Amino acid sequence: MYGLRRHKSMFLLPGLLTLLLIIIFPLLFTIRVSFSGWNVSSPQMDFIAGANYATMLHDSRFWSSIMRLILLAGGTVLIQYVIGFGMALLVWRDVRGRRFWRVLFLVPMMTTPVVMAAIWQMIFHESLGPLNDLLGMLGLTKVAWLTESGPALVALMTVEVWQWTPFMFLLLLAGLLSLPKEPFMAAAIDGADVWRTFWKVTFPLMAPVSVAAVIIRLIEASKLSDSVYVLTSGGPGSSTETPGYYLYIQGLRDQQTGYSGAMSLTYLVLMIVTLTVVAALLTRALKLKGHS
Amino acid sequence: MRPRLYPVFKYTVIAVWACFVAGPFFWAMTTSFKDANAVQGGATYLPWIQYQPTATGWRNIFGGAGGIDVIQPFINSAIVTIAASAISLVLGSLAAYALSRYRFKIGFIKNSDIVFFFVSQRIMPPVVLVIPFFYLLQWAGLLDSIAGLVIVTVALLLPIAVWVMVDFFNGIPREIDEMAMLDGCGPLQTFVRAILPNSLPGLTVAAMFCAVFGWNDFFFAFRLTFTEVQTLPQAVVALNSSIPPWWTLSAAALFGVAPLVLLAIWVERYLSKGNLSGAVR
Repeated sequence: MYGLRRHKSMFLLPGLLTLLLIIIFPLLFTIRVSFSGWNVSSPQMDFIAGANYATMLHDSRFWSSIMRLILLAGGTVLIQYVIGFGMALLVWRDVRGRRFWRVLFLVPMMTTPVVMAAIWQMIFHESLGPLNDLLGMLGLTKVAWLTESGPALVALMTVEVWQWTPFMFLLLLAGLLSLPKEPFMAAAIDGADVWRTFWKVTFPLMAPVSVAAVIIRLIEASKLSDSVYVLTSGGPGSSTETPGYYLYIQGLRDQQTGYSGAMSLTYLVLMIVTLTVVAALLTRALKLKGHS
Repeated sequence: MRPRLYPVFKYTVIAVWACFVAGPFFWAMTTSFKDANAVQGGATYLPWIQYQPTATGWRNIFGGAGGIDVIQPFINSAIVTIAASAISLVLGSLAAYALSRYRFKIGFIKNSDIVFFFVSQRIMPPVVLVIPFFYLLQWAGLLDSIAGLVIVTVALLLPIAVWVMVDFFNGIPREIDEMAMLDGCGPLQTFVRAILPNSLPGLTVAAMFCAVFGWNDFFFAFRLTFTEVQTLPQAVVALNSSIPPWWTLSAAALFGVAPLVLLAIWVERYLSKGNLSGAVR
């Protein structure tokens, strides 16, 4: 057809070029900066080869933030998946007030993470917050939720589960609603009970959606930093720091621009590699073909 | 599990999760009607019984003494979110339509690689982008401006728009395109007059995701705007200090999250019909 070649570029190019223009400069800039000792106060951008990367290799604070992120993201995404799937199954069919529950279970996802983290900070407050008050009523000892490293991590995970389980719920409910009816009728005729129907029919049919939902959540969770900033500011000490937050401290607060650039790129590469491997493993484990 | 006990189990689990979901909202709502005495005496829950409600918190966020004015940040957030979402939806659905209907081959790069390029931008941590953006906007004279914030927000939202729309367009039969072409429509006319009207559910879902991530962005606004342009999340977080005026913070927080909660209630019908399922395959 005449002009088709021109037309197809006309559709694609505006979006593609916009994104390339917005993304490519920051990426090249960060690569250049990562080989310099540059900070905001020095006018010249020098070249110090791999010195930043050498420093980074010995920066245990950076590496422990990476390990912490892997545990936090992996742990919370798994919890989100289990609860999100469970809730989607419960309000999928025959439940009273189905629409009400669906809306209610979606709401946390629509709220601003930093703003809700501020609300959670009040809830976790050691002496004035409701959580310790309720623990007290039950006769339990109060917990220093945000000023002790273990409880602070639990608090952070609680907020993440609260905020993002709805996203899993949304994707999995959409998946459940688009499933074909025939396999369920066949299972009912065979006399399979609820448990058996789930493992033999629902779960395998939902595998592609599940993998996609888990990968999307892992991508978003790997950037975790906003709620850390509000809830604990990385503390106590650096016990709740994620790479996103540590990079903010180094690059923006302490203005070690070159060093934070080197860590940024390392963090980005590690994330891409990890997520690709996880995606491949999940796809293979569930014997999916041709799905992302 | 015995069948008779299943409903009991089901409603118990739903109720427990509902309490967890609603808890922070309940706490914010009751706290927003407290005063300093009611907060500093320890946790209280029931208005009139445990404390005397007052509207101080709510007056403070609308320019009352000792508070903040949330109206201007609200307008800023709204402009940035709407403009960035609109740009992302237009560019994103055009690109998604091309990727769904035409075959591209530039060297070894094919359609799926271009889609992956778009989606992979979500992997980019904001902290990698923010320092270069700072200098880029400074050079362009757009630092601390709405226009600057709109441009960087498009980088966050465009991948989402493409991601949702490609799969949605894939689900629309090609016969619709062919019919329009037979009626004498060019490619752009086909897209605008035949495809877009059939894409409202997909566009609604994409718009919702853009609105959520645009409205809720804190990091870019925090680092790239200062005094001239303050967004709503910035205004709320600015209240969050060590001895916070909890009543004002709660009122501001509820005010800040209300628009998207209302949006959730409105778009639930599209979300729960499985319209999203294409996007997750």
